[in-house]
Amino acid sequence: MSSQEENIKIRTSGVTVHYGAAQALHGIDLDIRANEVTALIGPSGCGKSTFLRCINRMNDVIEDCHFGGKIEIDGEDIYSGEIDVVELRARVGMVFQKPNPFPKSIYDNVAYGPRIHGLASSKDELDHMVETSLRRAGLWQEVHDRLHTSGSGLSGGQQQRLCIARTIAVDPNVVLMDEPCSALDPIATAIIEELIEELRSQYTIVIVTHSMQQAARVSQRTAYFHLGHLVEHGDTDRIFTNPANKQTEAYISGKIG
Amino acid sequence: MTLNFLVICLISLGVYSFLFGRYRIRKVTQQVSVKQHSRDVYHATFLAACATIVPLIVLIVWSSLSPLVLNGLLEVQLQNMVGAATVGEMGVLIAQTKAFSAGLLNPAFVSDDVKQAASYYESLQAASDTGRALLVLAIGLVGLAFGSRFLTVRFTARHWVERLATWLMIGASVIAILTTIGIVLSLVFETIRFFDSVSVTEFLFGLHWSPQIAIRADQAGSSGSFGAIPLFAGTLMITLIAMVVAVPVGLMSAIYLSEYATPRLRNIAKPTIEVLAGIPTVVYGFFAALVLAPLLRDGGSDIGLTVSSESALAAGLVMGTMIIPFISSLSDDVINAVPQNLRDGAAALGATRSETIIQVVLPAALPGIVSAVLLAISRAIGETMIVVMAAGVAANLTANPFESVTTVTVQIVMLLVGDQEFDSAKTLAAFALGLLLFIITLGLNILALYVVNKYREQYD
Ligand SMILES: Nc1ncnc2c1ncn2[C@@H]1O[C@H](COP(=O)(O)OP(=O)(O)OP(=O)(O)O)[C@@H](O)[C@H]1O
Ligand SMILES: [Mg+2]
Repeated sequence: MSSQEENIKIRTSGVTVHYGAAQALHGIDLDIRANEVTALIGPSGCGKSTFLRCINRMNDVIEDCHFGGKIEIDGEDIYSGEIDVVELRARVGMVFQKPNPFPKSIYDNVAYGPRIHGLASSKDELDHMVETSLRRAGLWQEVHDRLHTSGSGLSGGQQQRLCIARTIAVDPNVVLMDEPCSALDPIATAIIEELIEELRSQYTIVIVTHSMQQAARVSQRTAYFHLGHLVEHGDTDRIFTNPANKQTEAYISGKIG
Repeated sequence: MTLNFLVICLISLGVYSFLFGRYRIRKVTQQVSVKQHSRDVYHATFLAACATIVPLIVLIVWSSLSPLVLNGLLEVQLQNMVGAATVGEMGVLIAQTKAFSAGLLNPAFVSDDVKQAASYYESLQAASDTGRALLVLAIGLVGLAFGSRFLTVRFTARHWVERLATWLMIGASVIAILTTIGIVLSLVFETIRFFDSVSVTEFLFGLHWSPQIAIRADQAGSSGSFGAIPLFAGTLMITLIAMVVAVPVGLMSAIYLSEYATPRLRNIAKPTIEVLAGIPTVVYGFFAALVLAPLLRDGGSDIGLTVSSESALAAGLVMGTMIIPFISSLSDDVINAVPQNLRDGAAALGATRSETIIQVVLPAALPGIVSAVLLAISRAIGETMIVVMAAGVAANLTANPFESVTTVTVQIVMLLVGDQEFDSAKTLAAFALGLLLFIITLGLNILALYVVNKYREQYD
């Protein structure tokens, strides 16, 4: 048990979120382990995205959005006054539902993060970072001869992998993904799932998905949300074969959602 | 039948055709069990169009050609009555005849010939009006009868109405384009006439502008000088000063409004800034002349600068203020149109707000911002009132913003006010200036298009 304790990367306790007067999350306690993929599932509007956005404080920019509770990453409270949000987001990357490459070249898209954080000291180093990130995102083969063409000229699946490359170029240790495959066809989805599996060894990954099969395929742990409550969480295998909660079972077997 | 009455008849015919078409197709459909192809309203519109479009065209053509024909006939008649006359005499006679028949001339002062010609002219006019009315209404009725034969259940009235709408749009665009071409051509022709009396090189490269033409040919200094450089230099300087004020202030306030301000503040601040655009330029002009210019002059003399009481600086500063809302409001709109997910993407990579704005949002909004600035420049170049009041009319060639200068538009006004001979070099110079100004603005637009296409970052 203690070895698992040490492995905990993100610990959330009593997380509540209000949008104005409406409460979107009710006291979420969830531990997320390092080098694992944690899947967040649940019916639409149950607060998965809201929870995900708490982890890199993307909710800060939403007006009227109020956070309560505590989130620790590596034991450090990310909502304490000392935390620099910019630094936090460099450590906790995020991939969005809809691919959102910047309207710049493929190269500049990937180089953007390293540039603003001053990660590369020379052009060669930057080139190298771009190449490594694109390789890890499985995109290098397809784009290495057109790095300087616009990123919005890529296909949807390629754009999403570009966004993943852009995120890992900053070398985060957590990657949050909000339905990264919902706009993609099955082949592009399979490529991204493979990629997630590969990235797991280096990153802690939290993924929101509406596809039960995807959750089962890529994740080690699964958390089921319902109406802003964390209903059940645990090993993916167990949740899918033997859920403890009626609601979870109903959702997984397709009765709600 | 007068034109007004005829138009009313035509409109009534159209309305009647519409109602009749609707009634007719309903009745036709009731008798069969086939599904009607187009809705009633399309059949009705189709019929109304059949009854009115061709007559309308005939009406326009007839009305624009008949004065020519009538004039010709009148001239022949007068020729026969009076015998040979010079072009000038004939013109006077024709004018007299028309004025008399319109009741503008006292019969006591008019010769019998003219009276006779006038009655002839009136009979011609009456014949023309009657002919027009008969023809137009006849064609309308034929159109109605012809069109109503088409109204059957499966008639594709919707397609026809659609086609008609397309042609209307095409017609409107053609009118717009032809007007533009017409204006440019008239500028070109008058400019060519201007260059008969003043050489192109003098106009384009001359450093001296004083377009005073003597009334009598033997008067001293009978030829003015038409070097346009001082005017363009003045325009350039004032526009530049205005842009130096308006672009940074406008752009930054746009960025503040769209990226930093709370929605509440934005809702108050944006309309407030836009009020600036509603102030008439004359008001800006006298503000510049009566408040700012003296202020600059006194302030300048306090620190040992000679600022003339009408200065390019005063005009430029006030013009810049006038333009701020253009840039700020338009840029605010284009910045707002940049998708939020690009900002989220940058924020999620750890970009600060200002990094996001400068490196992601502004490049994506660049084409819109450039066109906003361009629009502002065109405003500045075309602005006349402020310059007349604040910068003066003296065509000084100077790079000193504290001196009085003048601009192209101001000089165009100066050339054309008062009594002018239409074909004097002085009047024609206005066309040449106008054409040159047009070419310069066009060039600016093309340049900007090129820049935008080259550097734009397209988002989808
Ligand atoms: N910006 C916002 N302002 C106000 N309310 C919001 C905002 N974003 C989300 N909400 C509300 O918070 C609740 C949770 O939304 P959230 O987006 O987290 O759901 P989700 O589980 O991600 O849903 P989906 O699967 O459809 O993406 C919803 O009721 C939603 O209406
Ligand atoms: Mg969501």
